[in-house]
Amino acid sequence: MKPARNLRIVILAMGALLMVTPFLYMVSTSLKAQQYVLKLPPQFIPDPATLGNYERILLRGDFGQFFLNSLIVAVSATTISVLLSAMMAYGFARYRFPAREWLFRLLLLGLMIPAIMLIVPQFLLAKYFGLIDSLVGLVVFYVAGSLALNTFLLRGFFEAIPFELDEAMRIDGAGDWTRFWRLALPLARPALATATIFTFLATWDEFAWALTIITSPEKQTLPIAIALLQGPKGTQWGLVFAASILAIMPVIFVFLAFQRHFVQGLTSGAVKG
Amino acid sequence: MHDRIRHLRSAVPPRTRWRSYLAPALFITPGFALFLVTVIYPMVQAFQISLYDWQIVAGAVSTFIGFDNYARAFNDERFWLALSNSGLYMLFTVPPQVVLGLGVAMLLKDKSPAQPLFRVLYYLPVVTSWVVVSLLFRYLFADRGLINFALDDLLQLTDGKISWLSGRWTALVAICALGVWKGVGWSMMIFLAALQGVPRDLEEAAIIDGASRWQRFLVVTLPAIWPAMIFVVIMLVIGGFNVFASVMVMTGGGPAGQTEVLLTYMYRQAFEYLDFGYGSAIAVILTVLVFLLSAAQLRLFRDPAAGDAR
Repeated sequence: MKPARNLRIVILAMGALLMVTPFLYMVSTSLKAQQYVLKLPPQFIPDPATLGNYERILLRGDFGQFFLNSLIVAVSATTISVLLSAMMAYGFARYRFPAREWLFRLLLLGLMIPAIMLIVPQFLLAKYFGLIDSLVGLVVFYVAGSLALNTFLLRGFFEAIPFELDEAMRIDGAGDWTRFWRLALPLARPALATATIFTFLATWDEFAWALTIITSPEKQTLPIAIALLQGPKGTQWGLVFAASILAIMPVIFVFLAFQRHFVQGLTSGAVKG
Repeated sequence: MHDRIRHLRSAVPPRTRWRSYLAPALFITPGFALFLVTVIYPMVQAFQISLYDWQIVAGAVSTFIGFDNYARAFNDERFWLALSNSGLYMLFTVPPQVVLGLGVAMLLKDKSPAQPLFRVLYYLPVVTSWVVVSLLFRYLFADRGLINFALDDLLQLTDGKISWLSGRWTALVAICALGVWKGVGWSMMIFLAALQGVPRDLEEAAIIDGASRWQRFLVVTLPAIWPAMIFVVIMLVIGGFNVFASVMVMTGGGPAGQTEVLLTYMYRQAFEYLDFGYGSAIAVILTVLVFLLSAAQLRLFRDPAAGDAR
């Protein structure tokens, strides 16, 4: 038994090393000056180490703007999406009305269509509404893209809340909105957390749509800004990775802090990270 | 139950019945209206645009050309190249992600002090943005990058002079390597959850019957996690066709369009050449392909699962 267990740990550790080495190497490179980034043999421990790349990124000023853009977009899109989805999910879970199943199936159809397939007509739509090159344009379509999944996730949760609780509140004179706000939402907190986290990550990382509609430099979000850091000739890798690390920090923090909800969200069988 | 509801419903006067629809309407309408306008309408419009020689310039008239854009795709060598690259990507990323993900999950399934740590480490690439990891892999696979150094000086497998991103095949290897590396944690997590549902008593019974580890895996574990397996494979195949950011960032479809995949090709047609009609036709073809593949897999997977479960 013992050797088998040790072998297992060794295999797992080797795999984990493969997963982590690129990250460590990225951190190491972000601490190197340009002349050392493609030096052979490569340096794992930067010598001399420098914080110059971080300094340059932070002093550029526009990086703060990109960070702020990403934050504004991700937070507003997540808030709006989770609220609208929760309302829809509640409507589907708690009421009977004509064409309910039919409408829900239409929503599931939206779940199956990958976002980027719709990028051309959505671009025309955004143009029609004057949303090109605006953060609002990002928010609106990020919300649109996450509605189906979040509604699907939350409906199952609302359905599991016993009807008797609703009845009791109704007899006490609580209206529909109060029952939703005071009863259903607090009870669905774990599912809401899952939906919030996944929506936040997806919007924080989104690339294709932002690349398509954002043209002014001051409206770029982090993924676009970082992708554009690589020059046509000779990329400043240290700079790129310093920016990358600053950009993924919030994501890794959210992931580590809310791990439990990640597992829950994944096992509810609906979310592809 | 249903009958009783219907009965009740016909008993209440029509005005009250309509009022009972008011609450769900208010809950659903805001989200659903947005969904209809921004997702369902574009879905229909994508098909419509694909039938036109679409003019983006204001004032220019788009002409209806029927299925010409589709015919063009079938005669377009670069479309076939992109399609085959997408297919190759799927072929070389889906099986490794399934096998490695399941393998790691099997090794990790028993609770141990190290389990949470390993879980986090394997999942880390999944939560990291595509743009960042694509840049990272571009750097690792650079001519003077870490991969060449490792293959030459550490493992002595090659002369360390492979110019990974400047040839079709080697670039695809790099792009696929990224796909697998980023995705293993996801399938591991799904399998890990599914493995918690493997019935303990069945496993013990198999041990008593003297079944080998491999037999136990085939007879007890695999059937129990089959639904998760179906889910993982279908999601990965869809994800494989959706590869976009990594190709865009690592090679930009180059050299000379050699590593273009369907979505990058579609994107280029639409937003570089402003040929929205042709771009939409490619998007529609891709959507149909994804649907057909998913349906085929469901059919293919269902039979053995039903057989084994009994």
